[in-house]
Amino acid sequence: MSVNGRGETRAVPPGAALPVEVTRLCKSYGRAKAIDDVSLSIRPGEFVTLLGPSGSGKTTLLMTIAGFARPDSGSIRIGDSEIVRMPPHLRNIGVVFQNYALFPHMTVAGNIAYPLKLRRLPRPEVARWVAAALDLAQLPGLGERRIDEISGGQRQRVALARALVFEPRILLMDEPLSALDKHLREEMQIEIRRLHRQLGTTTIAVTHDQREAITMSDRVAILHQGRIMQFDTPRAIYERPASRFVAEFIGESCFLPVEVSMGKPCYGGRPLKLATGPIVGGRGLLLLRPERLCLVGDGDAGAEVNCFHGRIAQAVFQGESVLLTVTLDSGDRLRARLPNRRLANGVCLDEGAAISLGLHAEDAILLPGEAP
Amino acid sequence: MEHYIPHRRRLWLYALSALILGFLILPTLIVIPMSFSASDALQFPPRGFSWRWYEAYLGTPQWRDATLVSLKVSVLTMLLATPIGTAAAYGLHFGRFRFALAVYGSLVASLMVPVILIAIGVFFLYAKLGLVNTIPGLVLADVLLAVPFVLIVVTAGLKSFDANQEMVARSLGAGRLRAFLGVTLPQIWRSVLAGALFAFIAAFDEVVIATLISGGEMATLTNRMFSSLRDEVDPTIAAISTLLIAVTTIPPLLGHLISARRGRR
Amino acid sequence: MTLAAGFEAAAAPPGLNAAGLAADERAERRMLLLLCSPGMLIALVILFLPIGWLFWFSVIDQAGSFTTENYARIWREGAYVAIFLTTFEVSLLVTAVCVLLGYPLAYCLSQLSARAAGVLLLGVVVPFWTSLLVRTYAWLVLLQRKGLVNDLLIGLGVLDRPAMLSYNTLGVTIGMTHIMLPFLVLPLYVSMRAIDPTLMKAAASLGGRPAAVFRDVFFPLSLPGLVAGLVLTFILCLGFYITPAILGGGRVQFIAQRIYASVNLFPTWGPASALGVVLLVLTITVLLLAQALLKRWRRRFG
Repeated sequence: MSVNGRGETRAVPPGAALPVEVTRLCKSYGRAKAIDDVSLSIRPGEFVTLLGPSGSGKTTLLMTIAGFARPDSGSIRIGDSEIVRMPPHLRNIGVVFQNYALFPHMTVAGNIAYPLKLRRLPRPEVARWVAAALDLAQLPGLGERRIDEISGGQRQRVALARALVFEPRILLMDEPLSALDKHLREEMQIEIRRLHRQLGTTTIAVTHDQREAITMSDRVAILHQGRIMQFDTPRAIYERPASRFVAEFIGESCFLPVEVSMGKPCYGGRPLKLATGPIVGGRGLLLLRPERLCLVGDGDAGAEVNCFHGRIAQAVFQGESVLLTVTLDSGDRLRARLPNRRLANGVCLDEGAAISLGLHAEDAILLPGEAP
Repeated sequence: MEHYIPHRRRLWLYALSALILGFLILPTLIVIPMSFSASDALQFPPRGFSWRWYEAYLGTPQWRDATLVSLKVSVLTMLLATPIGTAAAYGLHFGRFRFALAVYGSLVASLMVPVILIAIGVFFLYAKLGLVNTIPGLVLADVLLAVPFVLIVVTAGLKSFDANQEMVARSLGAGRLRAFLGVTLPQIWRSVLAGALFAFIAAFDEVVIATLISGGEMATLTNRMFSSLRDEVDPTIAAISTLLIAVTTIPPLLGHLISARRGRR
Repeated sequence: MTLAAGFEAAAAPPGLNAAGLAADERAERRMLLLLCSPGMLIALVILFLPIGWLFWFSVIDQAGSFTTENYARIWREGAYVAIFLTTFEVSLLVTAVCVLLGYPLAYCLSQLSARAAGVLLLGVVVPFWTSLLVRTYAWLVLLQRKGLVNDLLIGLGVLDRPAMLSYNTLGVTIGMTHIMLPFLVLPLYVSMRAIDPTLMKAAASLGGRPAAVFRDVFFPLSLPGLVAGLVLTFILCLGFYITPAILGGGRVQFIAQRIYASVNLFPTWGPASALGVVLLVLTITVLLLAQALLKRWRRRFG
């Protein structure tokens, strides 16, 4: 939907949102490669999050799209226009900064009206658009307030309203929620999703918080040292991570060394039942998510379940789950997260007790790499 | 900031500091009562009360002319040095030149080079260009001295300015100049104003260069005061000094009061 | 990424738009440099060019040929050497007194609350902005034979007769100290403020008495700021003209006064230029030494 001058919201026809095409983008600062040959294809209307640790290049990438950092080479297209050499004020992109960057010398309405005034909209028009934007951002009546008079959450909304009021081609957000406390953050995550569904604008957000990325996005791009490790839906990244880095970045993970013996991947001498295909080379890592491990009784293991035997090193009650640290017979350590209700079955979870853990083949992912 | 050492253990420090502060402030203050002295002699405490030295100042054409010259030169210096210094501060702050240090150094060099050197150098140059004893000549030299002040003050203001704001303004559709005028300048205006004031005072107070390249009709106030102090001390100087003290004391005091009140709000 | 898009990206050559982007970067840098150019132009024409000329004039004589006579004269004539010595001695003395007075003041101000310090700093800043001539004049009045200082000293019983406090080295020293003190206190105060107060608290918690904490933690950390202020003060003293000229009454000659006199005394710019070059070289040497020292310290203190 978009907000028109009469203050009504209309649904954006499917063709109106624009795709973003980043091709072979490179940027170095001296010898350090901040963006290392990145290519990204974002569909119209999609909400994409760039996720990664600090120094991964995600903010730099966002800034090159916004026009505040100049790449050394590459192409950035929004729809049909090549924008990589365009100055920022001509790109028609909405940007929300981490600290909101609201103009303290203007009121809330003044901030939101600013892009409209720059586009020489007549005064009555400006007033209508601003009122509609305030409504859309759920800030009714706050127009005449000064920036230092409103709360952090309200400032967030003003920043969003200001970035959206001029119907930008795409929206960029740099760590939009990092300045908010936990409760507000969850509230705003829902807010942003709502706005996105209403307006349909292609959105690219940057964050280092994996939960935020998973909650808000259609697809997530994981960045590491200036490269894209994986670009897929949150579910796909979680369940089929492409590399050890990605697996460690999203969700909890444990790894066990795997060797290829007689053509089959094995752990502890026994062949594994896996979900993913064979790997190249003689070594690999088995990814286990602690919450996918289950307790296995003596005769319980099905044909599709991998079994691991060992002793409990530590059991920590964590509310809805119990976190077990298990030392396997082979010497490796595993973490397992069991739902609380197991305790009632009289299963012994004392330290030192023997235990068998099972991992269904569907949850067993083989990754390239060496064990630590 | 609460210090963990109790105040009474530091009384000696406070007393010493008070003495030193007194040493800094008091000497200048004796000039004020002296300017009202009725007698010719330079005594303190002064005898009698009279406005005669103020009348002498305002009544003597040479003093008046000199004051006018100084004011003209200082205002022109302020008007030139402020945009030059502000532009340089912006360029240095946002630019990524390899030789940024050299650029900065060349702009503040006039602070570090002894004034007497600048004076004779300028004298040589002006002798060749025929700029000795002219207002443009004085203004150019004073701008050279004033730009570093503006540069340093505005740079400090830019450092504490949130650069994201200018970026946001540009993302919203403002070109670089527009963003600067509409968003940056309204927020760093205090630094720019402070720089302008410093430029004015630097030009107004300048003595050495003025004594070398101005004289006679084009003599500045400082020039005349210096001659008077060196040759025969004229009590009119006390009146002029009092006025100068007022002019240079009131702006910083006002500035402090205003910023203190704003901080309290 | 879809398969097709992946192929498309891989097919694109590396270094897309690189030339254009580099040109944009250069253009932007040029524009920002342009903003600095008026200032640099003025510095070039009014500062560097004339100073270059000074060097030139100092080695060219009336006939236009190369000569070292101007420098030789400085070395030869006792009067010049005496002037350099005087300048150095008084500058050192003034700098030392400024440090003795300025360090405690800066320390006290840096330990007070920001608000109190802000008010008291006015006491340093206002004299700083008061005209040089006014302050020198004030000391002229205070230090004369029938002046306040003499009256005070006689009244306190320190002296029987009024002493010669002005038109000599003593007067110059007192006047210059008063003028230079803010130049030392202000940068020192700023650097002292920047010292993390939790460091002192940590030292105290480890068992340090206040005196030990100051000696072992605060003072070393304040040294860079002290050296910066000290060097600034010394350099300014070296090149000083006004106060020695007025409070010295002709009996105290600084380099700057000699330079000024040489302009009118000699038929060429030569002698004045030579003196000027020597002063400049001295100033730069002191600056470089201080910078080297500060760099070494910065490496040690991180």
